[in-house]
Amino acid sequence: MANKKTTSPEGIAVMKTYKLFIGGAFPRTESGRFYPIRNSSDELIANVCLSSRKDFRNAVVAARKAQAGWEAKSAYNRSQIIYRIAEMLQQKEELFVKEMKDLGYTDINAKEEFSASVDYLVHFAGWCDKYVQVFSSVNPVASSHFNFSVPEPMGVVAAFASNKTALLGFLESFVPAICGGNTTIVLASEDLPTCAISMAEVLATSDVPGGTVNVLTGNRKELMSHFSSHMDVNGFVIWDAETAASIEIGESASENVKRVKFYESEDSAVLSPHRIMDLQEIKTTWHPIESISGSGSGY
Amino acid sequence: MAKTTKNTSWDLSPAPESTGHVTIDKRYDLFIDGKFVPPTTKKYFKTINPATEETLSEIALAGEKDVDKAVKAARKAYDTTWSKISAAERGKYIYRIARLLQERAREFAVIESLDGGKPIRESRDVDVPLAAAHFFYHAGWADKLDYAFANSSPTSIGVVGQIIPWNFPLLMAAWKIAPALACGNTVVLKPAETTSLTALKLAELIRDAGLPDGVVNIVTGAGDTGKALVNHPDINKIAFTGSTDVGKMIRRSLAGTSTRLTLELGGKAANIVFEDAAIDQAVEGIVNGIYFNQGHVCCAGSRLFVEESVADEVIRKLKHRMNNLIVGDPMDKNTDVGAINSKDQLLTIEKYLKAGEKDGYEMYQSQVAVPKKGYWCRPTLFTNVSQSSIISKEEIFGPVLAMQTFRTIDEVIDKANNTPYGLSAGVWTDKGSKIFNLTTRLKAGVVWANTFNKFDPTSPFGGYKESGFGREGGVHGLSAYLNLQG
Repeated sequence: MANKKTTSPEGIAVMKTYKLFIGGAFPRTESGRFYPIRNSSDELIANVCLSSRKDFRNAVVAARKAQAGWEAKSAYNRSQIIYRIAEMLQQKEELFVKEMKDLGYTDINAKEEFSASVDYLVHFAGWCDKYVQVFSSVNPVASSHFNFSVPEPMGVVAAFASNKTALLGFLESFVPAICGGNTTIVLASEDLPTCAISMAEVLATSDVPGGTVNVLTGNRKELMSHFSSHMDVNGFVIWDAETAASIEIGESASENVKRVKFYESEDSAVLSPHRIMDLQEIKTTWHPIESISGSGSGY
Repeated sequence: MAKTTKNTSWDLSPAPESTGHVTIDKRYDLFIDGKFVPPTTKKYFKTINPATEETLSEIALAGEKDVDKAVKAARKAYDTTWSKISAAERGKYIYRIARLLQERAREFAVIESLDGGKPIRESRDVDVPLAAAHFFYHAGWADKLDYAFANSSPTSIGVVGQIIPWNFPLLMAAWKIAPALACGNTVVLKPAETTSLTALKLAELIRDAGLPDGVVNIVTGAGDTGKALVNHPDINKIAFTGSTDVGKMIRRSLAGTSTRLTLELGGKAANIVFEDAAIDQAVEGIVNGIYFNQGHVCCAGSRLFVEESVADEVIRKLKHRMNNLIVGDPMDKNTDVGAINSKDQLLTIEKYLKAGEKDGYEMYQSQVAVPKKGYWCRPTLFTNVSQSSIISKEEIFGPVLAMQTFRTIDEVIDKANNTPYGLSAGVWTDKGSKIFNLTTRLKAGVVWANTFNKFDPTSPFGGYKESGFGREGGVHGLSAYLNLQG
């Protein structure tokens, strides 16, 4: 925090410790390791946690524990909670703009990304109780059955956030997943991690149940095989992957037929329900319709 | 039922379906670029009737070069004809296939039963009509895709490689080819090596339908042929139906490529019977769930969960029903359970039967006679099976049912979901709210409530977790064969 030198009227400023966000709590990495984030003048902004495999595994446990409850919430309720995230974020513009500028953003870029981030949340908040209608179907089967197909969450989704943006990329890596009832573990941008942790503090005050979103900071390469091979992770979202990484991820993800989605950052966030649907399963349900005069056979 | 009462006077007289009308050539070549051509390997393998162990025909073994030829033909067809004609015309070709298949339905049913061992009643009433229905349904989608995928500008993908299993040979070919063509792609399809005949007959039919050369190519062979197809650099998408192990291998070999993939893999479905179910119907559903097609069904209801209070009744009625299933000649119209598809598969099933007995579970087999020649397995029930036993964890792909009991809803949901698979599930109860509680909480792609093993071209099919990804059928199945924007 480059406010190191800033003094308040009473004395030096209190610096924030950037910790992880697992199961609704803010622990340090169990490994005790850290890596420093410095600004362009080489001043220390923060020592952030260098997460370990065990941190990730703990986060998966928290996400799995939270999943059924999050999925069971009404779509209207999930919608309001995600809208609430936008409300909580909006009032912290000063903090996030400052953090982004510390990470090298210009004032105008920081403000633009901040407002795009709020808009992103508002947009997806609205999808929670709509995408199911858009992507469901009642299927006119030829036999005497009522048959319908609806999207359902995959379950636990891990994500590598883009390394290109500090805040918007972080949101893009998990918001569509939680809109659709999944719980998530996100590895924040390695170079721009501070906003992700501040965002976790926003999530913690937005009625998001603990464990729904879990945030780690650290090194992609170190954690890649753990993210892609974990047997209790159903989906894995990777932003801006290198080809070599996509081979390794694809290979180890095959162990539990994990659903893997690679996305490339674009100039502006993609506001599309397909991002939600990428992390859904389609379930089809059949039930007989009584047709006494209709068919001969009983079942 | 305590004891079987086999009243011989009630036995049905044989009612064999005639095979006279059907021609099977001595030898089948590969179908590439609209023509039947011999394989560059110069090798042929035998396909046999599993009910008699007699050789039916010889099938060309496609090598890497043949697969390459087929992919090139499909690419040329995609570039020069199939992507150029209007969507409505494309649809009309597919309608033709549907109609020709309906006309030749009996022939296809007979060959399917001869080559695969399934009862003629199933080939005739399920496999072939559903295959035709799949072509008919998807034909109509060809010029309507923009309505199905709003704001997504759907476009075709290109050349699609498709690999299908031996349990529903023609039906799986239809599930694969129909949506691929409707969405504007061209196809190289590899049938399973024990059941190539109906796919090759379908090739004849596609030729008769006048489809442009190379739009559909059929390459026959075993695993190596499939591997050559998967690893071909000019394939844009692979669609695979088969075992979870092979599916994982395919996923690994496509890692890092831009080749799209859908997998329809194994299953170990829970079929759950509550005490308030209509028990007689539930027993029919259990039988249909596990003994249909000799249990060679990825979505078979192979794990039976019965509420403790009705377990004795269900077991008694189930055993009675098992003893009335006619096991034997697939060509007999009275047969309920036909031949096991291959010797290999029979050995696999027998290995599981031994494992179940060795673990000390009570095994009951229906007390019916089976023919001396051919590959047979009597309908089998294991009771009091533990959740951790091999027979309740692994996919057996045979007429083998593993039964457990339960007391509470939460318990049975936990047990049902405690598997790496998630293809299908069944629920039997007369209470609507209970049905929806179960159907929403069971992690499976298809849930049958008070029914089982129903299929329809309009109904998406496919699994959660290690049962694969992607759907086949319905509007959701189309997206697997399209590039969508946004």
